Amino acid sequence: MNPHLTWNLVADVRQLVEYRFMVNALLAASVVAVMAAVVGWFMVLRLQTFAGHTLSMMSFPGAAAAALVGLPLAAGYFAFCTAGALVIAGAAGGGGRRAPAQESAVIGTVGAVALALGFLGLSVYGGVLESLESLLFGSILGVTRGQVLTLAIVAVCVLSLLALAGRPLLFASIDEPLARARRVPVGSLSIAFLLVLGLAVAATAQITGVLLVFALLVAPAGIARELTPRIGAGLALSVLLGLVIAWVGLGLSYFTNHSPGFYVSTIAIVLYAGARLTRGLSTARARRGGPDAREALGGATDR
Amino acid sequence: MMPFSGFFGDALLAGSCIAIASGLIGWFVVLRVQVFAGDALSHVAFTGALAAAAAGLDLRLGLFVATVAVALALAALGERARADDVTIGIVFVGTLGIGVLCLDLLNAGAAGANGTIAARTLFGSIFSLSAGEAQLAALIAAGIVAALLSIGRPLLFASLDEAVAAAGGVPVRALGFAFLALLGLDAAEATQAVGALLLLGLLAAPAGAAHRLTASPYRGMALSATIALVSMWIGLALSYWIAVLPPGGMVVLVAAAFYALTIVL
Repeated sequence: MNPHLTWNLVADVRQLVEYRFMVNALLAASVVAVMAAVVGWFMVLRLQTFAGHTLSMMSFPGAAAAALVGLPLAAGYFAFCTAGALVIAGAAGGGGRRAPAQESAVIGTVGAVALALGFLGLSVYGGVLESLESLLFGSILGVTRGQVLTLAIVAVCVLSLLALAGRPLLFASIDEPLARARRVPVGSLSIAFLLVLGLAVAATAQITGVLLVFALLVAPAGIARELTPRIGAGLALSVLLGLVIAWVGLGLSYFTNHSPGFYVSTIAIVLYAGARLTRGLSTARARRGGPDAREALGGATDR
Repeated sequence: MMPFSGFFGDALLAGSCIAIASGLIGWFVVLRVQVFAGDALSHVAFTGALAAAAAGLDLRLGLFVATVAVALALAALGERARADDVTIGIVFVGTLGIGVLCLDLLNAGAAGANGTIAARTLFGSIFSLSAGEAQLAALIAAGIVAALLSIGRPLLFASLDEAVAAAGGVPVRALGFAFLALLGLDAAEATQAVGALLLLGLLAAPAGAAHRLTASPYRGMALSATIALVSMWIGLALSYWIAVLPPGGMVVLVAAAFYALTIVL
């Protein structure tokens, strides 16, 4: 029997977990959502969305190069990802001040070169473009138990690294000059964060597709940023939003036969539009209401 | 000897004009720190072409309508017509989502050509342009260059010092809209040559190199266009002589090599 959406939520969920592939997909999506929400929150705070997107593309040339040389795929994308993160960190001026124009030109070039190399590798190797399509749009519905385990291991590593470096990283992200004056190793933290970001997205994109990872990376953190300026609340909200977007997206995809990437990204953009509208309205009200209302709103309108 | 007629001549004509337009636009893109917007628009080009294919329309119509519409939307979403990177990222995700839906619809339909459409859009197909298509591409590129040069001076002022320009009566916001619309046009145009995924290389690498080499605006623009043009020529020639090398990829790699040289030296 084909699954169909009813008003009975319990019955819907029971239909959803009827098949093993769907359970695997839900598990994988949950792991990715939690990891991406936390990494993405830092990424949005550090204004490195562009770098995040470029790094998520690194698994494509990595996989192509590994196939060409005959190494395991993982070796290929870890190598490319590390190289990409180091080049971007170097361009961002690891030790010195950031030069935004050159930084963005380098990030863009790194992304284009990665894709060009990947395409070159494929055409020399004689492979088909199908692998590119699955890299871009993913195949989370075909995830195996082993891949879920891989994702979980990556997520645990990434989250523990962030937990270890969390406080100084936060300090360096919010007030770089002050952090530098207090002898926080701003440059090394910046490189380390790019490496963690890169490893997280490349390992994940290989399994679930760039679109899904990038959506779960940028959207929950972006929405949370619109709704609260607090650190703890923002992180928690980001994780919660990530899980909701991932589950609802996968569920809708299951019942309607369109790809999860479409639903996940559409839900993300609708929620973001809603959040921006909410903030816009409250800012407008605060402006009309004078200083008292603005104070009552806390820091949410101070950005 | 290299033949300058036939498909190679067409590719050379279209490629050269597209390279000059992208080099010039790219110089402003890097100056205004809008490379990420260019990246997003390149993916929009992909979605636009797929949507046109799914609807059974001409690919180029989808390309141009989608990129210019999203470019204007990005301008509208940002303060002073510059969207911040989270907004760009989310618009990006949204358009890719629609792209994947179109891919679904194409797959579900009877058309078996979707794979080639996706590949052509992603990586370009400059060697399969017809003479008419190449001339049209050259004309559009010339139009983009003319439009950019006509707003060049105020745009330069507005990009270098927005506050002073605005105080001096320069329409900063309108210029931001016009520039993003031109970037959208250029993205759609360059998609035909190097493909949606690679056009960022043509926008960012020559311009990044030019900005490193000179601080003078006019010399920088000329240098950026020249590097883009030379990269296009070398890339096309390499791909012509060694058939296994894809043209779009080679152009981007050559441009990136120029940029790497300016960083290392």
